[in-house]
Amino acid sequence: MSKKTKWLAMPYTIWGIGFIIIPLIIVLFYGFTDVSGHFTIEGIASIFTHVNLKALIVSMLLSFASTLVCLIMAYPLAYILAEVGRGKSSLLSLIFILPMWMNSLLRTIAWQNLLEKTGLINAFLSFCHLPTMMIINTPWAIVLGMVYDFLPFMILPIYNVLCKIDKDTINAARDLGANGWQTFWRVTWPLSLPGVISGITMVFVPSLTTFVISDILGGGKILLIGNIIEQLFTQDNDWNAGAGLSVVMMIFIIISIIITDKYDREDAGK
Amino acid sequence: MNRQHAGLKKFYSIFILLFLYAPILTLMALSFNASKSRSHWGGFTFDWYISLFEDERIMQAFTNTILIAIASALIATVFGTFACVGMHVMKRRTRTAIMGMTNIPMLNADIVTGISLMLLFIACRINMGGATVLLAHITFNIPYVILSVMPKFRQINYSTYEAALDLGATPTYAFTRIIFPDILPGVFSGFLMAFTMSLDDFIITHFTKGAGFDTLSTKIYSEVKKGVSPEIYALSTIMFTVVLLLLVIVQAKPQMNRSKK
Amino acid sequence: MKKKFIGTILALSLAASLITGCGKTVDPNSDDVLYVYNAGEYIDPDILDQFTEETGINVVYDEFETNEIMYPKVESGAAIYDLICPSDYMIEKMLANDLLQPIDYSKVPNYENIGKEYIEQSTFDPEHKYTIPYCWGTVGILYNKTMVDEPVDSWSILWNEKYKNNILMQDSVRDAYAVALKYLGYSLNSTDHDEIEEACELLQKQKHLVQAYVVDQVRDKMIGNEAAIGVIYSGEALYTQRQNPDLEYVIPKEGTNMWIDAWVIPKNARHLENAHAFLNFLCRADIACKNFEYITYSTPNTKVRDLVEDESLKNSEIAFPDLSQYHNLETFKFLGDKGEKYLNGMWREVKSY
Repeated sequence: MSKKTKWLAMPYTIWGIGFIIIPLIIVLFYGFTDVSGHFTIEGIASIFTHVNLKALIVSMLLSFASTLVCLIMAYPLAYILAEVGRGKSSLLSLIFILPMWMNSLLRTIAWQNLLEKTGLINAFLSFCHLPTMMIINTPWAIVLGMVYDFLPFMILPIYNVLCKIDKDTINAARDLGANGWQTFWRVTWPLSLPGVISGITMVFVPSLTTFVISDILGGGKILLIGNIIEQLFTQDNDWNAGAGLSVVMMIFIIISIIITDKYDREDAGK
Repeated sequence: MNRQHAGLKKFYSIFILLFLYAPILTLMALSFNASKSRSHWGGFTFDWYISLFEDERIMQAFTNTILIAIASALIATVFGTFACVGMHVMKRRTRTAIMGMTNIPMLNADIVTGISLMLLFIACRINMGGATVLLAHITFNIPYVILSVMPKFRQINYSTYEAALDLGATPTYAFTRIIFPDILPGVFSGFLMAFTMSLDDFIITHFTKGAGFDTLSTKIYSEVKKGVSPEIYALSTIMFTVVLLLLVIVQAKPQMNRSKK
Repeated sequence: MKKKFIGTILALSLAASLITGCGKTVDPNSDDVLYVYNAGEYIDPDILDQFTEETGINVVYDEFETNEIMYPKVESGAAIYDLICPSDYMIEKMLANDLLQPIDYSKVPNYENIGKEYIEQSTFDPEHKYTIPYCWGTVGILYNKTMVDEPVDSWSILWNEKYKNNILMQDSVRDAYAVALKYLGYSLNSTDHDEIEEACELLQKQKHLVQAYVVDQVRDKMIGNEAAIGVIYSGEALYTQRQNPDLEYVIPKEGTNMWIDAWVIPKNARHLENAHAFLNFLCRADIACKNFEYITYSTPNTKVRDLVEDESLKNSEIAFPDLSQYHNLETFKFLGDKGEKYLNGMWREVKSY
């Protein structure tokens, strides 16, 4: 194709500089300055105040928990689907990913309805004369909400990778005398790792940064780092601290991507 | 081994299916409940649907959502596809740089993307409203288009294209006739991805919307802050049904094409 | 200063890409619209329709959850409104930061319906040039008689272990701290760090009893028997009682906050004529009465009580309270940027505890 063709990328490049790069520079600018515009690392350092640090640790713990639960729930399912779905239409797997297309706020609200004190689960429990439970407004409710919202993001990549594994590889392992578990641990699992890793990033990052799920299912009692950033911008009007924490959050995302990317490479190297 | 565990596998799949669908189904059931209380069935009614359709503000938010989704997906598809065609002939290093930029909104947290755009609009003294939401949606939609169009270029058969050029076709003609049909499925799925991402977005809209402009997501959020009303259940039901129908149509289409061949 | 600096650079680099392709649903520059920003559940929606019918002016109506959420949007110019209805202390802050413009009272003849005592009480607007009082009231405790079996007359009930997971607190800095400070016997405008720290510890101690920190949801949750005790604005009391007769509102003996919410016109408003027309409309006796019957917040409009037909509403002590029996009501004041920042930080200490 002619040399002129490459100019077709120009509009997007300009757009990207204007709406991706420059906005990030503004965030960095606010993150490294104070109200009067002087350089300071106070905004970044505010992550070490005990409120923010606690929020960050709680966010990490909850997103670790939800990522782990998602993985445990999604892997067997993806495995079953890949086994059944191979060669057949993908309609079956579609059913499991369908909720992803439903508005995520509405899905979170659904759980609020189920879990509240006068909610459906408790109404059912007391109807059966069983003790009611209060998990709404606790960290458990938030983990549940995260798992529910992000589970399809874990199923999809694992399923895609499992579908692509050559049946012959597995048969070869069998022929060489490996039993079911050995085949799984030595062949299927390592081959599915890229899917697992992209699933982990797709669940971990949104869980780490959410403020909506904790807002709706946490009753304002649990502050995640996302809530703090949101409040600094929308209520406290403290852009410098908010931008500083955003920068910290970006650093965490970059670290988690580097880690997963490294695993990905090592795996490809094998 | 497969046979032995068949029952277990079925049970597990059904368990996950229940986990995924039970909350949505209860919302759907509640949308027909005449009683405002959740734990008490007051008879079957369509009232909530009627009051939903009479609520101008929710309907306006619905129109906004659809308009923003279509417009942002269309514009993003055009920008993204052109960018892919251009990047394809670029030097490797430039291409990597642009792809790196493309990855930023994909990997970054929505909240940071939203805030960074908000700060940009405020710094430029742009009065926020529908236009800023549209700009923001286009921005986070383009990467989805690029990521679904880009891989298609690897599958293109260039000998046909070159043959066409040898036979006297202009590059533009050869491109639209030979390369474009090859990348079309990627363009189409990129558009769909962008459309659904825009429909579902709350966080970025939350930060970039201004006075008097709401999409369904932000409207739902402000309604939840006041207490969930049965109209919201009705809305969930409609949205879920629409999504289901859309996906069935999209799913059925390739199969129809296949049977034609 | 820095905002201006970035602004000029960016405006130049982006102007080109922005001019193209920005479809707008409502044209904010057209003459027949009015952008109103009010607190949640704070007007009868019919009134907006009636205003449009009578004047042909479309009302674009947005709601905010707390004053704190409203302020940054208006201050940054992110959203431009023609009329806003903040509370006393927030109006003081907006005036201090030069965000408001005077109201032309000659264009609001119905302003005479507003009781003089309420205008005098609007000390946040010392010259009485910028505001028109909209509603006033107190903050108190709403409780469910079937779930609470002891007399409620003090804030102390909010620290009673018996009601664990049955208490709803206000999710807004000033209101939450007002409860704790008043309970401790301090001024709710205290900026004394020792007093605020003491209040903070008290609120932290309360946290495990609290079911949720919410704002407008208190109303629905109390009606739905979701909680036994809630901190709520007096105006919501009548509405909730109508929906659920088991509910009762009290003003605790330690005293509480007496607030006034008033309409203001921000400096950057673009539809001044329409804003004045809407203010005049709201102050009209029949409209004020209709609105009062819907939202049930106490109104400073002196003509309303005579027009109310519902006897129970007319004689309601909550809607038309005799405040002379309470000697320890206090109105919020703006604490200054420093005081406010400190309190915000202390509120996060509670929320993250």
